[in-house]
Amino acid sequence: MAGYLLRRLFHALLTLIGISLITFIILFALPGDPVNRVAGRMANDQQKALVREQLGLDRPLWEQYGRYVGKLATGDLGRSFMQRSEVSELVGARLPATLWLMLAAIVCELVIGLSIGAVAAFRRNTLLDQSVMVGAFVFVSAPQFLLGYTLLYVFAVWLGWFPIGGYGSLSQIVLPALTLGLLGGGWYARMMRSSVIEVLRQDFVRTARAKGLSRLRIVFVHIVPNAILPIIAMVGIDIGIFMSGIVVVESVFGWPGIGQLTWQAIQQLDIPIIMGVTLVSACAIVLGNLLADLAAPLIDPRIRLK
Amino acid sequence: MVIGAILKRKLALLGLIVIAIFAAAAILAPWLAPYDPTVSPGDFAAPPSAQFWFGTDLLGRDFLSRLIYGARATLIIGILANGIAVLIGTVIGVTAGYLRGWVGSALMRFTDLMMAFPALLLAILLAAIFDPSLWIVVLVIAMVSWVQIARVVYAETISLAEREYVVAVRSVGASSARIILRHILPHLVPTLIVWGTLGIATTSLFEATLSFLGIGVQPPTPSWGNMVNENQTYFEAAPWLVFIPGIAIGLLALSFNLIGDALRDILDPTLRGRH
Amino acid sequence: MNRLLASASIVTLLALGACGEEKKEEAQQAAPAASNTTATTEAAPAATPAPAPAAAEIKQGGSMIVTFKDDLPTLDPAIGYDWKNWSVIKSVFDGLLDYKPGTTEIVPDLAESFETSADGLTYTFKLRQGVKFHNGREMKAADVKYSLERMINPATTSPGAGYYAGIKGFAEFQAGTATEVAGITTPDDYTVKLELTAPDATTLHLLALNFSYVVPKEEVEKSGLDFGKKPVGTGAYKVTEWTSGQKIVLDRNADYFKAGLPRLDKITFEIGQEPVVALLRLQKGEIDIAGDGIPPAKFEEIMNDPASKDLVITADQLHTGYVAMNVTMKPFDNVAVRQAVNMAINKDRIVKLINDRAVPANQPLPPAMPGYDTSYKGYAFDVEGAKAKLKEAGPEAGFETDLYVMNTDPQPRIAQAIQQDLATIGIKVNLKSQDMGTVIAAGGKKDGAPMIWSGGMAWIADFPDPSNFYTVILGCGGAVEGGWNWSWYCNEALDKRAREANAITDPAKAGERAIAWGKIFTDLMADAPWAPVFNEKAYVVHSKRVAGPNGIFADPIHIPVNYDEVYATDVK
Repeated sequence: MAGYLLRRLFHALLTLIGISLITFIILFALPGDPVNRVAGRMANDQQKALVREQLGLDRPLWEQYGRYVGKLATGDLGRSFMQRSEVSELVGARLPATLWLMLAAIVCELVIGLSIGAVAAFRRNTLLDQSVMVGAFVFVSAPQFLLGYTLLYVFAVWLGWFPIGGYGSLSQIVLPALTLGLLGGGWYARMMRSSVIEVLRQDFVRTARAKGLSRLRIVFVHIVPNAILPIIAMVGIDIGIFMSGIVVVESVFGWPGIGQLTWQAIQQLDIPIIMGVTLVSACAIVLGNLLADLAAPLIDPRIRLK
Repeated sequence: MVIGAILKRKLALLGLIVIAIFAAAAILAPWLAPYDPTVSPGDFAAPPSAQFWFGTDLLGRDFLSRLIYGARATLIIGILANGIAVLIGTVIGVTAGYLRGWVGSALMRFTDLMMAFPALLLAILLAAIFDPSLWIVVLVIAMVSWVQIARVVYAETISLAEREYVVAVRSVGASSARIILRHILPHLVPTLIVWGTLGIATTSLFEATLSFLGIGVQPPTPSWGNMVNENQTYFEAAPWLVFIPGIAIGLLALSFNLIGDALRDILDPTLRGRH
Repeated sequence: MNRLLASASIVTLLALGACGEEKKEEAQQAAPAASNTTATTEAAPAATPAPAPAAAEIKQGGSMIVTFKDDLPTLDPAIGYDWKNWSVIKSVFDGLLDYKPGTTEIVPDLAESFETSADGLTYTFKLRQGVKFHNGREMKAADVKYSLERMINPATTSPGAGYYAGIKGFAEFQAGTATEVAGITTPDDYTVKLELTAPDATTLHLLALNFSYVVPKEEVEKSGLDFGKKPVGTGAYKVTEWTSGQKIVLDRNADYFKAGLPRLDKITFEIGQEPVVALLRLQKGEIDIAGDGIPPAKFEEIMNDPASKDLVITADQLHTGYVAMNVTMKPFDNVAVRQAVNMAINKDRIVKLINDRAVPANQPLPPAMPGYDTSYKGYAFDVEGAKAKLKEAGPEAGFETDLYVMNTDPQPRIAQAIQQDLATIGIKVNLKSQDMGTVIAAGGKKDGAPMIWSGGMAWIADFPDPSNFYTVILGCGGAVEGGWNWSWYCNEALDKRAREANAITDPAKAGERAIAWGKIFTDLMADAPWAPVFNEKAYVVHSKRVAGPNGIFADPIHIPVNYDEVYATDVK
């Protein structure tokens, strides 16, 4: 187990290095020159050369990368070109908002997905089952912005139940979290439905039901433990999906997460920020995948580690 | 079960009809559209009326005509990007799964690496390198979409390559190319068809997301995604400008998902879970 | 200017707002305020309330809340170059000179008076005595020299350093062959002497510009790179709290050298508020100023709401949105083609497209800028005339070309309107809607971009002087690789006239100089390297709780408000 974990962590490290290298190369293939921004419009060639030297951009690419990785090893993400702050500070100021939203979205997904899935399974092949499952399909097929704008329009603009956007209070997280929760909840519902159906077919559950055990009890004693593996695996994958795609929801609801920071950094060619955000996101994705893979053997010893 | 299965097929049929309508709109756009989608015969953001059924957009262009023409870019990107992604994924997955060894593990390491790459960020950066065009959007989306397919194909190829008959033909000296073409690829076809269909839903939604951020098809060529992008600041003042193309994208994705899901049931009931 | 670059869309942007229509004349004459060739300008009275209500109405005290969507970048005056932090820096730091509140008139600030030599090469500043930094130490001449040299030092990577290249010894110091800038000397503790290599009428503006503001050496050294987050200056307010991404608190500097200022005890900046949310909160009275202005989707609602509309202040700003045509690329090397483009663009329609938040432009200078020629008519919208011009330009009228545009709404929409207009005269335009970095890179390459729509990246003047609209964006100096002259227009004769106009340093001839500059821009329009499209207006919205003398909201220099002068109406 420890050996497996070590190997996985080593692979994760290699993955992160690979991602940082690819991002670095792409950034230098971009057509713009950050020096033109940092030095200001009045700067002549000589001043630009001096600024280039200050930023270390006059060095060969491999040397710049080496320096970057060297600093990274000490936990230093570098300084933003345009905002002139530590990247760790900038990302640190935005990350909590993204993480909060992610957490709330996962909770929404689980609540929506699992309850709908269980209900559909208990009422299998009824109209309720079919309409609920078609509904789940509709949600997983909806574009993020469409669902986001719909919720915003109905619940914030029309009904006025929630603020139109922004960050800070609990009421503000509801709509963006619900957007992500509904989008992802459909997958959980489908998965939950088939797990429940499978469990319900098993003899011991039939016996338990015959004995008059309450449904709720059956769900929590027999079904949830069985379904928890794929659920954890899906949460792990979701972390990755959220980390790379949350920018749309952030932008619809004006949520001040890392998505907006990244978008601004790309417009300004702020290389250190783009690098930092890529790495932080990749870390989260790697951790999510690791979680998904580790969850399996920890919960179900029958699954052997390779 | 039977009722459910039939219903599912019915839904799939519905999906097929929707896609057929969209495809017809795309192909017959010049004859169907009441106006040229790039000229402005109306006022800015006029609400739906007898003259403009879906109103006009923020530049005064007939929204219905843009929607009809928009089906072209949207469908081309959805289908082509996913096709290329399936192709790349298959090549990498089969190569890695058949050859195994260091080539295989290097390929799969690379696949894992791409899997951990924040996809949208990668797409945005790639799009910034190239001169923007519809084909670049197709390539960029394909570049970030092949990873899942490669992993699935890899796993299947490994199990196929270990089957007795494959081992048998290999032992009589059949060439690798022959084995892959004759004995492995045909068995992958059901998987690829299912993924090829479900994936279109995903790539269409991805196009919408890129367009939403202003990185999609270049204006004034309409795509459903960039129609949302152009008009999104008016979602409150002129909601139809955002919701109509948004719903069209959702319908498209839903239809491909429904068909894909039915195909999965028909072709291979063991394939389950999230794609 | 870069201050604009930080923002995503022109409509959420409030940039350097200038005087309204009724004050145009004042702005026209607003040139350096010193009198004769070797004249001395006395400091304005310590408290400088502009056209203010009776002093009895204003009570010192109270506080206000300002919201911004994004964090304020650094408050280091040598580095800050963003429309949001520009005005905050002015409240935390001071320079030798400043502008009279609500105007573009230069007045002494940390300097008590200054003299200009007859040849325009030497400026001598007498410093005000007893001015203290927030840390309690007195500000002296050495601090002024230190601050200027720190800003010029390449290690600081100041985006404004290039402005000061006219100071004697600048190049040597930058190159590291001199340990100090020879042209900055301190004969005594309260005197600073500045020597230039050539006379330059913009010098006084440069000393009112944030980059030249005075910082205490010991604090800079103590905080290092973080000085921008822990700023210490001589200004009206001091920064007492800064929580990254959440809020910044400014407290009144009780020792401020101007009596009666600042008027508020506290200003709180709340970060991370969407413009739409900020506006709703403002309508509810929870906040006092929505720093990001009025988002387009809310614009008509606010302007039609009688309760809100009185709280909106509109002002012209020193901004021009234009189409740059690359005069080195075919077919824009032909002047008739460029003129045809100028005639074909329906500017009124484009202005309508952005909710009338701009006025159509016909020359590079915005109306609020000294030198703007009200008699110049420019190229009228004339489709038939444009077609004729195009025919005159070549055997084959009509061609295909690319228009680069930044990919954030509403820019692609504006570009499509231009595209439609040009299609009517037979020019097929392909849009290249890309991220800002890519568009700027294309403009800075000689054969990079045939046409660029400047929106979202456009020039807004750093200081209210017409030269600021020429040198880098239309002069030969900017027509270089990586430069900002996207039309690559280089006219040696005009460059010479620009140099001559800038050498008119005699304040008495300021009017003459402005006219000379205005003529440069209208003459340049004969060559039509740009198609000027519109001048954006600034909209500032504030609560009933805060007020100020006329002109300090949408102050030409301060956005969204002159923080020193604003006061609370609810102080008992």
